[in-house]
Amino acid sequence: MKPETSGPDPAPPSRREFLRRAVQAGAGVAVTAALGAWLLDRRPPGTIGRIAAVDARRSFGPKGAGPTLSIITGRARRQMLRRGLAAVGGIERFIARGDRVLIKVNAAFASPAALAATTHPDVAAELVTLCLAAGAASVIVTDNPINDPESCFELTGIGPAVRAAGGRLFVPRADSFHPGTVEGSRLIRDWPVLHSPFAGVTKLIGTAPVKHHHRAGASMTLKNWYGLLGGRRNQFHQDIDGIVSELARMVTPTFVVLDGAQSMMSNGPTGGSLADLKETRTLVVSTDPVAADAYGATLLGKTHRDLPYLAAAAALGAGTVDFESLRPVRAAAEEEG
Amino acid sequence: MRITTARRIAQAFFFLLFAWLCLVAAVGTGWFQWRGWPIRWFLELDPLVAVGTVLTTHSLYPGLAWALGTIVVTILLGRVFCGWICPFGTIHQAAGWIGRHGRRPKLVIDSNQYHPLQRLKYGILAAFLVAAAVPPKLTGLAHLHTGLLDPIPLVQRSFNLVVLPVAGLGSGGGFSGGRFYAESVVIGTVFLGFVLLNFAVPRLFCRFVCPLGALLAILGRAAPFGIKTRKHACTECGACNLNCEGACNPKGPIQVSECLLCMNCFEDCPTSHPIGYGPRPSLAGEITSPGLSRRGFVASVVAGLAVVPLSRLSGSDANNWQAGLVRPPGAVAEDEFLARCIKCGECMRVCPTNVLQPAGFSTGMEVLWTPVLNNRIGTSGCQMDCVACGYACPTGAIRRLTLDEKLGRGESRGAGPIRLGLAAVDRGRCLPWAMGRPCIVCEETCPVSPKAITVEEAQGLSPDGVAVRLQRPVVDPSRCIGCGVCEHECPMNGIRAIRVSADNESRDPAHSILLHHENKS
Repeated sequence: MKPETSGPDPAPPSRREFLRRAVQAGAGVAVTAALGAWLLDRRPPGTIGRIAAVDARRSFGPKGAGPTLSIITGRARRQMLRRGLAAVGGIERFIARGDRVLIKVNAAFASPAALAATTHPDVAAELVTLCLAAGAASVIVTDNPINDPESCFELTGIGPAVRAAGGRLFVPRADSFHPGTVEGSRLIRDWPVLHSPFAGVTKLIGTAPVKHHHRAGASMTLKNWYGLLGGRRNQFHQDIDGIVSELARMVTPTFVVLDGAQSMMSNGPTGGSLADLKETRTLVVSTDPVAADAYGATLLGKTHRDLPYLAAAAALGAGTVDFESLRPVRAAAEEEG
Repeated sequence: MRITTARRIAQAFFFLLFAWLCLVAAVGTGWFQWRGWPIRWFLELDPLVAVGTVLTTHSLYPGLAWALGTIVVTILLGRVFCGWICPFGTIHQAAGWIGRHGRRPKLVIDSNQYHPLQRLKYGILAAFLVAAAVPPKLTGLAHLHTGLLDPIPLVQRSFNLVVLPVAGLGSGGGFSGGRFYAESVVIGTVFLGFVLLNFAVPRLFCRFVCPLGALLAILGRAAPFGIKTRKHACTECGACNLNCEGACNPKGPIQVSECLLCMNCFEDCPTSHPIGYGPRPSLAGEITSPGLSRRGFVASVVAGLAVVPLSRLSGSDANNWQAGLVRPPGAVAEDEFLARCIKCGECMRVCPTNVLQPAGFSTGMEVLWTPVLNNRIGTSGCQMDCVACGYACPTGAIRRLTLDEKLGRGESRGAGPIRLGLAAVDRGRCLPWAMGRPCIVCEETCPVSPKAITVEEAQGLSPDGVAVRLQRPVVDPSRCIGCGVCEHECPMNGIRAIRVSADNESRDPAHSILLHHENKS
């Protein structure tokens, strides 16, 4: 449209328009001032994205008294586990109808079950079966492995076995961890700890194989709690006895299962050869993980004195290294035909 | 006094003030050096800095409240900032004036016609702001990229790192030059390129690129006051375009968003008073919309949405964090750092040792031109008793530390010192470790007490078989603060035999190699 070049301007609608704009501008100024006042230094530098640590204690100890340790000999893990549990009062002593159970396995490495570097699928699956039979509402199996998590659960056979038994596998992701602190701890302070699979959980079972471990001396049920740590957790190898004993205080399980059907005598904790394994034909069920590991040390030809974290854990109230004082129930599992 | 004279005085004043504040941003004993001058002021006036950091951090860093003043003025009066205050704008205006001097008026008038591509800047702004506004829950904190093209950080960076040093005004020690800046060729080329482009199209940057101009245009498009053109007196001669800075078509209908309020049209109009200033709307018609098409807007939003995951994809603020990037003392953790840093170069200008350098392209676009330590360039690493960079930082990417806080003493006792990183001895290059020659310059110059570098005694043999007493340096990570003095002093002149990486830096607990209780000592 060609604009006019002469003649008076049209009658001014401009006064009303000007007032409208003035009001609009006034509102804009007010909004600017209000937003500015509200936002001013709301989150000072260095405070953004920092999440406050929560209590990292995981306390699921069993109620009531009873035998705390059974040492079962045999070959077939499922039978040994059932026998061992029966000796300490049966699964019903620990798992009630409606319980939500979390099983912490050792799935650290993506290696086959035959190499015994990880929890045997039979043990994981039998625990799931027993818990469900005892009326557990749900059974979750988890670990924060060293190798690629998906590969670990599949190649160890734990994943397929757990699913077949009706359990649920929880593969941790970055957001499964939350900063946690254990009161009185030197090391576990504001540290990412596996968090989300614990939501609603009422019982915690730990299970691990007996393994030689170059840094810690041995890796059994207490060292197994390392898998509850996230972040750059390997820096704790600078103080391995400190971290394992503090983990022992952080976690109070309902019971633990230490699988010494075979023990990794050397080249641990990864192993990699059948030559690293020895048939030690023993399985331990215990409500005291310190006692379980103290006994497990004997399967490796060691005593609890070779594993300083055991005495340190005992000093922190996590259990006793004197497993005989618990009057362990010793029995042999019936061999399958 | 004519209004354009007033404008020129304002432009000259603000430009000289800007240059002065760049010049004085240096720690030293010279009379002109930083003595409470508001060296951050132009950056703090910049609404794009304020809006960008508010979008990424949901917080307004206190100094940036100045930008609220700019916003208010813009809402009431339009783009006064562009035409009267912006130092980059003044440079463009001067270059454009030189460029069109002596050209035929017809060509000049044509070069100042509104061009539809001027809408491009709104797309650039939208992409930047969308990228900054992506909620942290989706991707983590957004990185802030506005500083790449925001004119105030751009001109500040260019002056701090290129213009002043090239002019021999670069030194912290006086008018003697002597500063080095990595990346200066690229930074200088961008600056010079935009300035020279004024010879092709006046104010090309302002009209087509400037995201701050776009933001101010949107804020000011409904300003109650502005340029008014009275149609009845206008002969449509086009003379008002002769010196029009914004290419806003003053004869009408005026492109309100493009008007920089340079007021040149008043002067150039040969008729009496057809163009004036007053309550709007202009009688000759107004176009208040920036004119960005829906398609253009959607494309910008999509581009902005893609920027965040794209710039985080390298993992450089996560598992793949770059231990080669040693950040200045008080720098917040990398994700928040990249949500705040606008790459203005203030910290690098003010750093008394010149150790702070702009990160280059090889370290990734997402960290381009952010401050890192280069102990080979600096005169002596990061000085123990200096916290200047945090006070030069306009956005809180570097916190303002007290010396007590930096060194973990006094009121900050028990919190541990600020660690920039960790020195590590390269035993294959170290004279006493690898070559049987005494040295330990690193141990001598370590400023920490007790020293973070200790020595192991050893017996070596010289090539002619004489026994030599060797002291071999060992670093204690619980004491080392990563200041880099050792790396600077190491006699292995090329690739140093002791080098600092960001490992163990205290700004991110996940980068610590110390156990918790050691960290607090």
